[in-house]
Amino acid sequence: MESIIVKDVTKRYGSVQALRGVSFSAHKGEMFGLIGPDGSGKTSLFRIMTTLLLADSGSVTVDGFDVRKDYKRIRERVGYMPGRFSLYQDLSVEENLNFFATLFKTTVEENYPLVKDIYSQIEPFKKRKARDLSGGMKQKLALSCALIHKPSVLFLDEPTTGVDPVSRKEFWGMLGRLKEQGITIIVSTPYMDEAKLCDRIALINEGTFMKIDTPAGITSSLEKKIMSVKGDDMYPILKALRELPIVDMAFGFGDMHHITLRDFSTTTDAVVKMMGNIGFTNLEVREIDANIEDCYMILSKMKSEN
Amino acid sequence: MLKYLIEKEFKAIMRNKFLPKLILVFPVMMMLLMPWAANLDIKDIKVAVVDNDRSQLSTGLVNKINSSTYFIVERYAKSYNDAKTMVQNGEVDIILEIPENYEKDQVREKNAKVNISVNAVNGTRGAMGGAYLSNIISEFFSGRNVSGQTALINVATQTRYNPTMDYKKFMVPALMTMLLTLLCGFLPALNIVSEKEAGTIEQINVTPIPKFTFIFSKLIPYWIIGFIVLTIVILLAKIIYGVSPVGSLATFYLLASVFVLVVSGLGLVISNYSNTMQQAMFVMFFFMLIMIMMAGLFTPVDSMPEWAQLIAGINPMRYFIEIMRMLYLKGSGLSDLTRQITALALFAAAFNLWAIISYRKKN
Repeated sequence: MESIIVKDVTKRYGSVQALRGVSFSAHKGEMFGLIGPDGSGKTSLFRIMTTLLLADSGSVTVDGFDVRKDYKRIRERVGYMPGRFSLYQDLSVEENLNFFATLFKTTVEENYPLVKDIYSQIEPFKKRKARDLSGGMKQKLALSCALIHKPSVLFLDEPTTGVDPVSRKEFWGMLGRLKEQGITIIVSTPYMDEAKLCDRIALINEGTFMKIDTPAGITSSLEKKIMSVKGDDMYPILKALRELPIVDMAFGFGDMHHITLRDFSTTTDAVVKMMGNIGFTNLEVREIDANIEDCYMILSKMKSEN
Repeated sequence: MLKYLIEKEFKAIMRNKFLPKLILVFPVMMMLLMPWAANLDIKDIKVAVVDNDRSQLSTGLVNKINSSTYFIVERYAKSYNDAKTMVQNGEVDIILEIPENYEKDQVREKNAKVNISVNAVNGTRGAMGGAYLSNIISEFFSGRNVSGQTALINVATQTRYNPTMDYKKFMVPALMTMLLTLLCGFLPALNIVSEKEAGTIEQINVTPIPKFTFIFSKLIPYWIIGFIVLTIVILLAKIIYGVSPVGSLATFYLLASVFVLVVSGLGLVISNYSNTMQQAMFVMFFFMLIMIMMAGLFTPVDSMPEWAQLIAGINPMRYFIEIMRMLYLKGSGLSDLTRQITALALFAAAFNLWAIISYRKKN
């Protein structure tokens, strides 16, 4: 059963076209990721799906309810965690949770089993005010509050931005367990390493979806040979790589460069040799499997060239 | 649900480090300071006398002036020009010049003139001072009129409702109005917009809470705060100035509660339309200043030009000040105030309806 169906949604703010006709659907119990950089339209799409913003055109249904006509029904059944911490800073952990439970006409006791896994971690600090919590704890509280009314769909807008790596990992573990309980999760993130934890992802760039597939499907569909290059003088190497005729694309990737090659038959030795000819020695070139970030870079480059 | 929302508002207010103190200190300070600072009574006007006559009559006149509480004969000047320098230096406010042969003329022709020059840099002080001084002089002569020619008309003034013409009595009700307007207008104006700035409104908007309930949860706390402030002020007015409402206290609270709804409603409307606290603050200031100036708080509405009176007609504060003064000084009951009450009720309904409509969960 489809939990969310988004069809040809567009949104414009003045002269900025935030969404240029995006479509996707997610079925019940799926974890669907929106992957893209800041300003690519992720938050606008979230706000449209959670009935906070009206799309200029296109349709969205959540659990079979239309966001225009049945927004009241939708608000009863979705949980939303905005990108920015948006609980009451003056209220304590406990008070925030009780408050949101009451707004949804339920009680903490009634749905405690659902949030237990998450809430039990912050329960020792339940008398502490939300403003005094650490980033990771704030996020757990926000997730608990978004879950307290047992939503059937959970929207998480960049839940792990600004959170330390350990807490991030923990957080994704919790999402996995929620998914098992049949909750559909729509999550956005700018971190490509988190993308592979989703069932399916959409790569979003400047208001359009470049690709929707499983993480494995996306990386395998990329019919390019990719290599990593590492050397002493990274920036000149990047410039030189871009000039090589056999190289299609070169971009920085952490402490190394990734290149895609025009021809599948090109070997790492060929690259080392050509670079050696123009004076770059001591290079470490390796053939690698494409990851999501490579796919994102390559697809957006291809898109901007078209 | 409403109960929880209101409880949350109170927790937020009480846990704020500053707000609870402000809510208590503000009315106390206002009541302690304002009636004195906004006092329009004129006292201790300094007079320079240029006595060119030096007769028994002129000395008598000067003594009479000096004995009034309004005037102090500060200096005797040799010439009018000397006195003018004193005015310029700010030493005196008024010059009284008595011409030569003043007594003679007065006795012979019953018609002698003195010259009064007033420093009108401070308009009220100048105008009132000049008027008082002429009064005293004519009083002096009517008193001296021994030749049987007593004044034909004897005017006896009786001031009603504020027999001692105590300015503080007149100001206290107006100050209460101002306080209620400031506290119960500004706080709500900043409230919703602060939730917008903190992002908490997003979280509220995705919940199924009805608009109506949300706006009410914002309104009721200020209503209660209004009551608290009002009680403090009534007590202070009684203790410090001995001013207590002549009319019924129940009526007073009832009408004040309607007025709080009016200003809080206005505040919420502004909050709904604002994106930042700054914006809300300045828009509120704009309306507050106009409301205060056109309310008859300091100057009577009746003496405003016609167009200004029309604007004052749509000023809720003006009606409430009328109510306050009538209740406090005159002891009017509900039946005497129907016009003002109707106006206030309409304003309250309109603003709060507008606040509910203009609050959008979706944009």
